[in-house]
Amino acid sequence: MIRLDAITRVFRMGDQEVRALNGINLDIASGEYVSIMGPSGSGKSTLLNVIGLLDRPDGGRYELDGADVTDLSENDRARVRREKIGFVFQSFHLVPRLTAAENIELPLILEGVAPVERKSRVEAALDAFDLKDRARHRPSELSGGQRQRVAIARATILRPTALLADEPTGNLDHRIGAEVMALLEGLHHAGTTLIIVTHDRELGARAHRHIAMRDGEIVGDET
Amino acid sequence: MNLRDTLTLSFSTVASYRTRSLLIVLAMALGVAAVVVLTALGDGARRYVVGQFSSLGTNLVIVLPGRAETSGGFPGAALGQTPRDLTLEDARFVGQLPQVRRYAPLNVGVAELAGGGRLREVTVLGSNAELLPIRHMKLSQGSFLARGSERSAQIVLGSQLAREFFPDGRAVGQRVRLGDSRFLVSGVLAPQGESMGFNSDEIAIIPIDYAQELFNTESLFRILVEAKSRNAIEPAKAAISHVLTLRHDGEEDVTVITQDAVLATFDRILRALTLGVAGIAAVSLAVAGILVMNVMLVAVAQRTTEIGLLKAIGAPAADIRRLFFAEALWLSLAGGALGFALGHAGSYFIRLAYPALPAWPPAWASVAGVATALFTGVVASLLPASRAAKLDPVLALSGK
Ligand SMILES: Nc1ncnc2c1ncn2[C@@H]1O[C@H](COP(=O)(O)OP(=O)(O)O)[C@@H](O)[C@H]1O
Ligand SMILES: [Mg+2]
Repeated sequence: MIRLDAITRVFRMGDQEVRALNGINLDIASGEYVSIMGPSGSGKSTLLNVIGLLDRPDGGRYELDGADVTDLSENDRARVRREKIGFVFQSFHLVPRLTAAENIELPLILEGVAPVERKSRVEAALDAFDLKDRARHRPSELSGGQRQRVAIARATILRPTALLADEPTGNLDHRIGAEVMALLEGLHHAGTTLIIVTHDRELGARAHRHIAMRDGEIVGDET
Repeated sequence: MNLRDTLTLSFSTVASYRTRSLLIVLAMALGVAAVVVLTALGDGARRYVVGQFSSLGTNLVIVLPGRAETSGGFPGAALGQTPRDLTLEDARFVGQLPQVRRYAPLNVGVAELAGGGRLREVTVLGSNAELLPIRHMKLSQGSFLARGSERSAQIVLGSQLAREFFPDGRAVGQRVRLGDSRFLVSGVLAPQGESMGFNSDEIAIIPIDYAQELFNTESLFRILVEAKSRNAIEPAKAAISHVLTLRHDGEEDVTVITQDAVLATFDRILRALTLGVAGIAAVSLAVAGILVMNVMLVAVAQRTTEIGLLKAIGAPAADIRRLFFAEALWLSLAGGALGFALGHAGSYFIRLAYPALPAWPPAWASVAGVATALFTGVVASLLPASRAAKLDPVLALSGK
């Protein structure tokens, strides 16, 4: 459960101030499926980064699963990200040197999971995301859809409570994009909170709750 | 992230940037190899010199006419007034001292040796029976100059001379002519090779009286003295100085040197030299360290989005710092190991090419070389690693 209270995020560019988030109040319950839409530069990514504890707000209060996480130390934020948050990015962000299986394994290594268990969990993830025959391939040898599937497998391998996707289909063609969306929705059905930033009205409409942003403010919130 | 995973992950990273890693490893390796080879050379030279001195004899005290300029015990040229001669009589007095086990007076000259139908100039040593034990010489045939019978005309030939004059190997018992006198070959020295620029294989040794007659001189070239023990060396030196000063009307006109002092001086000089070259070689390691730092900084810049990703999936700053740290560790470890191998191979080939030079790399140099490589690599990675750890994840993900 996510509770944002008067969150602001201000960027300074020289003597100019950009209010990327301007007093955001937002509650998202566990297991919700939310889309965030709005014009470019309206603050969608910044909002997602704050929710995912990648970015720190300049003002306001953030409560995650009942605990105040506004002023957590850098180390604690890393731990919360690892335990509760999964990120999916438009540009996949796979490590080019590592194979699909190794990319998926990364969070398990960070978490300190024993090698034997790591192996079986990666195996299961490869199975679940239909990547079995691609396990030993590097990202450069994978299609866009396969890369995003690897990224999603990596984001969910530690079973996060919330999955944050920033334009996850932005680099994919329509058909593959729809497949990836179906995959994410499958995770939502399994109980994960799903928050998706998208430009695509059609995809955004599939969510159960639609948040519209403009100039760092929430201008629409419909279910 | 635990240590093992950190090491495995960083190793695979290092291995995947093959060319770059090889270059760094090579730079490190050359530095370490330079340390190892140069110290092997320096220490080899030291051992060579020490070995040469030791082959002269143990607990050796050498008396030479003339006063050395410095009191440092170094056999400098005798300057100043013409020194009083050192005589056989002096030698006998020295031999009476309680600290002295044995002594051998020495005269050196060149004379014509004829025998077995051959004739040539040879270096002649005049001495007594004690020369053999004092100088650690060995015989291959016959006997050395008879003890106490310095008046018998015996000659001992170096191995090379014996082979040259009597190729059939039966030198002992033969008569030869040296200058105008005839000598009976009593023994042949075992081959010893060169020592202190003196090839004992090519000398002939005759009793001191004959030598003085042959060279028409009363004065000795040197007196070789063997002290009773290592502890007796210094007292012997003092006693010899004292007795000779008394005999020379209170004039301190001889130089008494101990092999220990000379040896210690050479040892010190060559050790310093070895340390010096090791230091110079270590500088090249520092250069390699700067290279590592540079490459790591470039790596951090190149892998900014990757670092952002690691942070996004929950890697704490410490993990990221350790990853880069471990990469530098692998590079310097590989560099150190390769350098160690190269250095030892290089020293081996030097020993092969110059068998006389015991160019064994000292253990401390190998350890210091590898340790310096590790140290510089690790220190050089501190800045890049902490820079990576401090990156802002949002900015890093966007590649800024
Ligand atoms: N690191 C930054 N430095 C300066 N300005 C930024 C930074 N990140 C975002 N912004 C600004 O904040 C605003 C919101 O950005 P963003 O959240 O990326 O919008 P969106 O994802 O909706 O396109 C934009 O005006 C953008 O220029
Ligand atoms: Mg955006």
